[in-house]
Amino acid sequence: MNENLSVFAVFSLLSVLAVGGGAAVLPETKELVVGSYHWLSDDQFRDIYGLGQVVPGPNMLMVIVIGYHVTGFTGALLAFLGFFLPAGAISWAASRVWDHFEGSPWRRSLQQGLAPLVVGLMAAGTISIARTAIDGTLTILIAIGVFAGVYFMKKVNPAILVLGGGLVGLVLLSGTGAGMPPG
Amino acid sequence: MTSPIPPGTGSADAPAPYAVPRDVPLWSIFLTFLFIGAISFGGGVVAYLRSSLVLQKRWLDEEHFLSALGIAQALPGLNATNMSIIVGDRLRGVAGAIVAFAGMTLPGGTMVLVLGVLYAANAHNPYVNAALVGVGAAAVGMLSAVTLQIGRRQLGEIVNVTIIVVTVLMVSFLHISLVWVLLTVGPVAVFLFRPKKGDAPVERGPGGVS
Repeated sequence: MNENLSVFAVFSLLSVLAVGGGAAVLPETKELVVGSYHWLSDDQFRDIYGLGQVVPGPNMLMVIVIGYHVTGFTGALLAFLGFFLPAGAISWAASRVWDHFEGSPWRRSLQQGLAPLVVGLMAAGTISIARTAIDGTLTILIAIGVFAGVYFMKKVNPAILVLGGGLVGLVLLSGTGAGMPPG
Repeated sequence: MTSPIPPGTGSADAPAPYAVPRDVPLWSIFLTFLFIGAISFGGGVVAYLRSSLVLQKRWLDEEHFLSALGIAQALPGLNATNMSIIVGDRLRGVAGAIVAFAGMTLPGGTMVLVLGVLYAANAHNPYVNAALVGVGAAAVGMLSAVTLQIGRRQLGEIVNVTIIVVTVLMVSFLHISLVWVLLTVGPVAVFLFRPKKGDAPVERGPGGVS
């Protein structure tokens, strides 16, 4: 199949599966992009996910970079449209009929039932990134430090903590060949 | 399935219903969402949206904001982009939805593409790789903190904990495709929280994650 078409198809599928947001669809994104299609290596996926963390807005905008790696700027555009158009169209349509169900007790059931499912998917997303990102004492310490910073110091911009993690990596790891592609 | 409180009606002495502004210019919608898209770091988009749309611009009241958020969360897609589409649509129809979405994604999308092109050109640079190892580890810390912040409220209830554990087992350890997880766990979870006879009248707004 044409690579551009695959990019659009994969990200459209992920778009409609992204119930509960970006972190919820993260394990499936990695499974498809790294496992099924071999567009990226484990390490590249971790790096690109990291890029998504340091820019503003939704961090799943990193799908643009995945598309770019497959077929250049066309892939970037197709990944963006694929990931955002289907879900966007569904939201747009649903918000117009949603008020119809105002007061339906099933609305609350839907929200209450989906809440723990979304939390489970977010935890699975964390595990999926941790499997490649956590490798040795220093990465464990960085993760614990950022966890504490985000969890306990709500006033601090999380992006600064993530950039801080990058700085620590740069200073302490750049002589070690960490994160380098094999070979 | 009749509502005890028909929408749009209120008693005579209640405050006047919040009128949706009719004359919000498209450029103003675009710039507002562009600003949110440019300053919202680290997944806190909902907080930025509320402060901008409800408190500063007063385009939505608290109740409409929560109702839009409920829709954005129950449906596929990211909260930030779903919210921009829903709010843009309420303000100025399809054109409003498009400019709000464009504003929300333009700053981050442009920046991540620039970083991605630089990354592709420097894939073998040891400094870039070392820094990205640090960023990746930091991302794990941030993701766990956000997951715990959102999930904390659910850890007291055995039903919620069971759903969380089953979902993690299926996705992370049995590697079952997300389609099947959503199609099996989803309906069961909603059924477990099915409406019961004698429930209090439904409150408006989401009872779920925030």
